[in-house]
Formats: sequence, C-alpha cells, structure tokens
Amino acid sequence: MAEPTQTQQPHGDRPEERIPTVICDDLHIVYRVNGARTGRGSATAALSRILRRGSDERGVRRVHAVRGVSFVAYRGEAIGLIGSNGSGKSTLLRAIAGLLPAEKGRVYTDGQPSLLGVNAALMNDLTGERNVILGGLAMGMSREEIKERYQEIVDFSGINEKGDFISLPMRTYSSGMAARLRFSIAAAKNHDVLMIDEALATGDRKFQKRSEDRIRELRKEAGTVFLVSHNNKSIRDTCNRVLWLERGELRMDGPTDEVLKEYEKFTGK
Amino acid sequence: MSETTHDGGVALSAAPPSDERLTAAQLAAKYGLSVSGARPPLPEYVRRLWGRRHFILAFSQAKLTAQYSQAKLGQLWQVATPLLNAAVYYFIFGVILRASRGMSHDVYIPFLVTGVFVFTFTQSSVMAGVRAISGNLGLVRALHFPRASLPISFALQQLQQLLFSMIVLFAVAIGFGSYPGPSWLLIVPVLVLQFLFNTGLALVVARMGAQTPDLAQLMPFVLRTWMYASGVMFSIHHMLAGRPEWLQRALQVNPAAVYMDLMRFALIDGYGSENLPPHVWAIALGWAVVAFAGGFVYFWKAEERYGRG
Repeated sequence: MAEPTQTQQPHGDRPEERIPTVICDDLHIVYRVNGARTGRGSATAALSRILRRGSDERGVRRVHAVRGVSFVAYRGEAIGLIGSNGSGKSTLLRAIAGLLPAEKGRVYTDGQPSLLGVNAALMNDLTGERNVILGGLAMGMSREEIKERYQEIVDFSGINEKGDFISLPMRTYSSGMAARLRFSIAAAKNHDVLMIDEALATGDRKFQKRSEDRIRELRKEAGTVFLVSHNNKSIRDTCNRVLWLERGELRMDGPTDEVLKEYEKFTGK
Repeated sequence: MSETTHDGGVALSAAPPSDERLTAAQLAAKYGLSVSGARPPLPEYVRRLWGRRHFILAFSQAKLTAQYSQAKLGQLWQVATPLLNAAVYYFIFGVILRASRGMSHDVYIPFLVTGVFVFTFTQSSVMAGVRAISGNLGLVRALHFPRASLPISFALQQLQQLLFSMIVLFAVAIGFGSYPGPSWLLIVPVLVLQFLFNTGLALVVARMGAQTPDLAQLMPFVLRTWMYASGVMFSIHHMLAGRPEWLQRALQVNPAAVYMDLMRFALIDGYGSENLPPHVWAIALGWAVVAFAGGFVYFWKAEERYGRG
C-alpha cells in the first residue's frame, strides 16, 4: 500500500481557516450480537442456535466493526468514505453522529451531526401525510416548520403527480414511491454536519437528478459533509477528501484523486 | 476550499503520532467541540425532552392508529376490543362462576371490569416499555432524540387506549346502576397518578430490556403473578376478612391495587371507602412520584449506551 506523501499540520498558521468540526480519536466500535435474542425467528432456527451454542461464548458474538480510527475533519470539507462492503463505513458514520456508543476512544463534534435518513421513524400503516409530520418531528423539526415545508416536501417527492397518493397509507406505495417520500422528508432539514449514506441511489432517473441537486444545496448550508458511496464518480464529483476504510481500519486518508487512484488499483486486482 | 484540500492530506494508515493523539481532547476543547453522543446533564435532558413533546405525542398517536389500520372496521376496534374483553369477563366470572365473592352482582361486574381495564393499563405499559428501546433499535440508531421519548411515548399510547376503554367502563357502570356523580371527578387524579407510575415503570424496564432483551419473554409471567396478587377479580378486603390486619394492608398498598381500588371507589356507588387502606391518596401519590422520578433518573443514567447491540 502506498503511503500518502503529505503529513498533517493540525495547528496551521491559519487557524481561522481550519476550524475542526469533527475529531475522531482512536475510535473503536464493537457490536454485540445476541445469538439467543428471543422473540424472533422460527423455532427450528432457535433450536439450531441452541445446539450450535458451544462455539459461541454464551450465544453472544462480538463484532469489532471499527478499529482505532483517528482523523480530524474541518469546516467546509466534503469527505467521502469508501471501502468494500462491511468495512465499517456506515458504522463509523453512526458513531460520529453519536448514535452508536464507542467501545474505546472518543468523537468530538461541533453541534449535532445528523444522518440523512428518517426511514426508521416512518410507519407503513400510516398515510403519507401523517408520515411527513411524524418524520419531521422525529428529526427535531417544530410543528410550524413542518407546516411551512409540508407542501415543499410533497411536491419534491412527486408523490401527488399521479393522483392523490399522499392521503393513502404508505404500504400501498410502490417501493420507488416510498423511497422518494423518505428522501424528501429526510432532506427537508438543514444540518451543521451532514452525513449521507448512499442516499443518492433512489427513485427513477428524474428523481435522482433532483435529489443530487438537493444534496448539493444541503452541502452548501452544512459545515461539513460526509458521504458514503460505492460510486466513485459521485465521490469524485462531490468530495475533496476521502477516507478509505478496510476491515474497520483507516487504510488511507487524503485528497480525493490520490486515494481513489489507490483504491481503484486495490479493487481492480 | 482548495487550500483545505492540500492541507487535509493526512497520513493515518500508520499509527498517528502520539503528540497528535494527546492533542485530540485539547483540540476539541480549543474549538469548543463536545463529545458526540455524551449524556447531557439532567436539567438539559429534561429541557430537550420537553422540546420533543410534539414528537412524543405524535409517535404515540401514530402507533395507536397503526394498530387497527388494516382492519375493515378500522378505529372502531379501539372501543370494540375493550368491550369484548368486558363481555368475556362478564360471561366467565359473572355468569359461569358467579364469583362475586361477597359483593352484589351490581357491584361485582363494574368492579371486575374496572379492575381488568386499570390493570391492563399498567400491564401493557410495562410490556411496551420492555421493548421500547430493544424493539426500536433502528430508530435509536438513525435519529437523535432523548431516548426517554420512546418509553414515555409508549406509556402515553396506553393512556389513550385506556381512555377508549373508559367509554366502555362508563357504559358498564351506568348499566349496573352506578350513575355519574361528583365522585366521578376523582377519576382524573387517579388517571394522572397511575400514568406517572406506569411511565416510571416503563422507563425502568426499558433500560433493563435494552440490556437484556430476554426480559420481554419473562415479563408476562411476572405481570400475571402481579395481577392475581392485586385483586383484579376479587376484593382483597372481602377475601382476607378474618386474616391478620397487616397482611391485608400489605396487599392493599401494592400500587396496582391502590389505583384499581381508587378507580372503583370513584366509579361504583356500592364500593365504599371501607375497601380502601388508610392514607390511600398519599400512597397513590407516593408510588407515582417515586416510580416516575426514580425511573426517569435510572433511565437517563444509561442514555449514552442505548443503541449498542
């Protein structure tokens, strides 16, 4: 693996231009997977879990997803996170957002970093209309803010282009329509530190273009942007710095072109 | 921007230099950065929770509505379910077993239905509380909000459910000759106190259930035992007549029994104060305050750990 040539000067002579927004200090994240988690799965699955139990330590497995990652992100940076599937990119994002507790190490942030995503708060049995309100409230918007933006969200999603679908339960939507509404709700709020986890790949071509524009807008308003993507082109288009994670370790950190070149060499093999 | 690009090239594939690691905390302090996901102090936590009150209410109402949204009769089930429950209990205990145990028929049926509804309120709040965090990990891992929002929201959902049941309860009480009077006003403080108690309990089991999801399997047995010991189907006062006074008092100060008996006292004409333990309102208030305050602090103490899994 090639070593990047530059070394960092964290306290440069222009501190007013290099204001750190996220400091990640030797971060370790460990998932504990309860093999014996109850109430889910079929009886046979549970039985075979019990039979296989000898191999695990009391049915609990530890997955060390992020191992000792350190970096400093500055205001105005757009940072891409790359790496193969399961390399810990999404986990790192969640840890930065303070949503996953660290096993060891710390993350310091300026303000409240937010993950662009609201899926978990929405309910399929409710109408699109109520989901817009519920999702907005879950993201911390006030009722007035939601009322103000409601029409904007619905128009952006394009749900009502083919009839009055917003007053139908979300379970009746096609997967594309649901994805569009979810993105529209999530993108309605402005953030200090914004994190986007492969959110670009939803909807049809027209909607993709619209959402890319919206992300660019959000980036302008946000101090620092993190983007997880497997699409090297969208990383190249949007990011000026790239972190490359592999097996939970930070393999490389540097300007986009340099890191992507190495990454492409690595994946091309 | 381009300046940043060039300076931002950080070589960290090797172990970072030790002096940089030392400065991480200092660097953070210098620019006023705070630890991500750290637990806020209690007053700040309460303030943030208050800021999320609309979310808490909307989430509880959404859960309540989603429950019956696939049914043909829709929200009618909110009332029909408790009505059917009451009918089943009437059939078993009133018609088949004739188990009025020292009470007249007109007192026993509303007595029984009140007991079932009021206990169900506590029971389902606890059951929802156990899964409040462990069953909503997706939400906890995706969005930022004080985690206490979830158990409180679930307790609130159960309160709204109970309000629907109260419609049925009023009908039953009137049907058996207990007409609305000034004592019915006591229902409001009883509900408030019981809601506080249930919320506190939900907060406690939410933290326990987040650490040990197995608790969700164990809880129904604990709750059923509690139900039979609380005098849902029988009057503790009549059942233990002739037994030592302290035993009766001990069973009567059980919070579930306190709230049930207060509700019956408020609703049913033939259910007098001789069925209530002394200082019953102080006990009801005490349980509510202790459970809510204790549960809240206990839940808050683990705030930064929810979501690990």
